[in-house]
Amino acid sequence: MPENEGLHAAVAAGVLPAEDEFALLLRSIVVVARAIFGARGSSIFLYEPETDELVFAAVAGDDEQGLVGKRMPSSRGIAGWVLSSRTPLVLEDVQQDPRFARDVAEGTGYVPKGLMAVPLLHDETVLGVLQVLDRPERAAFSLREMELLGLFANQASIAVALLVAARRARAALAGHGDAAAVAALAAAVEALEGERRAAGIALVDALARILA
Amino acid sequence: MTSFALHESADDELPAWSLPRDAAGRIPIDNLLPARVDRDWAIGGATGAGISVCILDSGIEASHPLVGEIKSAVNISVDEDENPVAADDTEGDLCGHGTACAGVVRALAPDAEIHSVRVIGAGFSGSGSVLIAGLRWAVQQGYDIVNMSLSTTKRRFGDALHELADTAYFNRSILVASAHNMPVESYPWRFSSVISVGSHEEPDPLVFYANPNPPVEFFARGVDVDVAWLGGGTIRATGNSFATPAIAAIAALVLSKHPGLTPFQLKTVLYLISNNVGGEARA
Repeated sequence: MPENEGLHAAVAAGVLPAEDEFALLLRSIVVVARAIFGARGSSIFLYEPETDELVFAAVAGDDEQGLVGKRMPSSRGIAGWVLSSRTPLVLEDVQQDPRFARDVAEGTGYVPKGLMAVPLLHDETVLGVLQVLDRPERAAFSLREMELLGLFANQASIAVALLVAARRARAALAGHGDAAAVAALAAAVEALEGERRAAGIALVDALARILA
Repeated sequence: MTSFALHESADDELPAWSLPRDAAGRIPIDNLLPARVDRDWAIGGATGAGISVCILDSGIEASHPLVGEIKSAVNISVDEDENPVAADDTEGDLCGHGTACAGVVRALAPDAEIHSVRVIGAGFSGSGSVLIAGLRWAVQQGYDIVNMSLSTTKRRFGDALHELADTAYFNRSILVASAHNMPVESYPWRFSSVISVGSHEEPDPLVFYANPNPPVEFFARGVDVDVAWLGGGTIRATGNSFATPAIAAIAALVLSKHPGLTPFQLKTVLYLISNNVGGEARA
């Protein structure tokens, strides 16, 4: 048995299946958001720092599965503004905005009439944008709906934060990313036995105290 | 070292940190408020003339009929030391949001000068630095009012924003900043040197309320607002983003009628004419 297999198996058991689970969780959030608001669709964009793009991560609505994985520049359109400004926005009659309509239609084939967009904030980081498309028109929008949207965004943010952490852990296990050194250290300690293992753990404890 | 104040002549500039016994008569307060401040005194007949309002946002669409003349428009980037670099902005508005804010100001304060400082649109990465740089540049220009319908959640920018907000306050530039719609820590709206704005649900753009429980200090119209948007059109929008320029515009009205008010005095006037204090009488 390769000496790192125990560590890999232990971490992988907790991390590697998570991508699918998180995808299901994100999809569940947009499905519920769509149902609660009685909307035609809902979607979550994730911000990808490496490419400075927004990526469709979960979609509920018409033609939903074709959209997952599609990308757009982080600075474009209403989702881009919400991402950059970290501020929610609720708009009706967006079809009157010719550039928005053209951009969205080219990207998704579907131009909503109204949309609510809210940033996914986790601590001080913005991870993406949650959108709810074409809720039924009512006499007036209410601040209560804005509050509800924020609650959903908070839930989605936690899920996305876990997803991002899981992806970093996977990258570390694969030897990439800024956590790779930590993963390598953990693997080295895991491989030790007896007194050397105790000494290794004491060393890591001391390191943790110094860095804290 | 000799005593500095007792021997100064009346023409000497007073030190900012103390007031000698014989010097009190040398610091008259301009713009004394009347015994009763009401809307008629504060904004009756005011148009915002002579007041510069900076929209720190996504740019403003040129020649939008609901915005009219844009006095200046710059796009902000940062150099290697994160200092602001301002270039003429020929791209207009990359989202629609800045145009919306400008339209709200124009509707309420038709003769105010509108300036666009674009801090959004060059990509998300580094947007916090550009926001700080844009605000720094706006404060350096000395605009009477800076509308910030945006914020940052980055704590490392908090100190810089705090310092800029205080600099603006002492230089008599009014920062009007959107409160966040969500329960998160973000800046600069939480600082007491700015005027922070949330939304109410009523349709009258001149109705606004003082909040006795800050950090949100005022509530203005922010729900189902018909705002200017891209392509010369309008859109119906909700968010504190659109309440903020309403207060910025009302502040412009007050300043145009009573130029030289300090931010402290202006905030007091806004409080006194808010609808839940003494502001039922309309302009």
